[in-house]
Amino acid sequence: MQTTTIPPEMDLVYRRPDTLTQTPMHYCPGCGHGVTHKILMEVVDELGIQEQTVGVAPVGCSVFAYNYMNVDMQEAAHGRASAVATGIKRILPDRFVFSYQGDGDLAAIGTGETIHTVNRGENILVVFINNAIYGMTGGQMAPTTLLGMVTSTTPFGRESQVMGFPLKITDLVAQLPGAYYVTRQAVHSPTAVRKAKKAFRHALEYQKLNKGTCFIEIVSNCPAGWKMTPVEANEWMEKNMFPAYPLGDLKVPK
Amino acid sequence: MIRGTIVVANEICKGCELCITSCPQESLGLSDRINSIGYRYIVLVKDNCTGCVNCALVCPEAAITVYREKKSALKARESAFVASGGLSV
Repeated sequence: MQTTTIPPEMDLVYRRPDTLTQTPMHYCPGCGHGVTHKILMEVVDELGIQEQTVGVAPVGCSVFAYNYMNVDMQEAAHGRASAVATGIKRILPDRFVFSYQGDGDLAAIGTGETIHTVNRGENILVVFINNAIYGMTGGQMAPTTLLGMVTSTTPFGRESQVMGFPLKITDLVAQLPGAYYVTRQAVHSPTAVRKAKKAFRHALEYQKLNKGTCFIEIVSNCPAGWKMTPVEANEWMEKNMFPAYPLGDLKVPK
Repeated sequence: MIRGTIVVANEICKGCELCITSCPQESLGLSDRINSIGYRYIVLVKDNCTGCVNCALVCPEAAITVYREKKSALKARESAFVASGGLSV
């Protein structure tokens, strides 16, 4: 880390959260995973729950999440992060448990686990990063890929007759009675980051109430998979992803 | 206007430019040099930073530390400016 002398008349207003380790992240430039890790760890810092937090890392780009988050972490098999988090929460009910999953993990191979976890109303936080593509394996089509979107396995765009429609799993789980707080946020702009951080804070606070599953979808980008620069990817996301996945709260506690 | 400054951890910056587009003062730019992982990192190219934290919020690498001057320093600077015959800022 670089150190520079700061003039004495200056106040520190923002720095890397303590709970984020000093390990440089392996994510591609501009990836939304980094921001999501950062705001999640900021919330853990602000609530002072670093020692009571247990995270479950998925399979996907964020498979090394345990290297960056300085809380207790457990790696799960592909798609099973919410099931593993269920087990951890049942054994250690006083801990704050979250699972951190991508769209290939949560919405494809782990659909069953996700839906049943939320349906049982497990008191965990499920963080779902939706970038509409399998980023880690080379940009293949995911269930959340938009219609007409070009990926390495849909070179002519996704067609609904052959490949079905984009799976809006967040809307799906919002219908389930076990869900307590379901929201969809983004991390592409300062405003969106502030809102997403607030959502994380609510979700971890609600976990104390033992009322049900909190589910946060982060609509994210994949500059490498979409073959764009980070700035172009964010513009493309605003134009194409947000109409399909509108931001906002889908279920809020009454 | 309140003054601020940022410190960028050059060695972990990947030059994604998201902070450049989010800066309302347009005071950020890419450096001419590359860091050890092969990216051009972010530098302050103008001295009009206000310490608004926007760049640090969108930074995926958490590479930006933001500092802002104390309110007392701003007041002192303003009164010195007014005393020197300038208009109030």
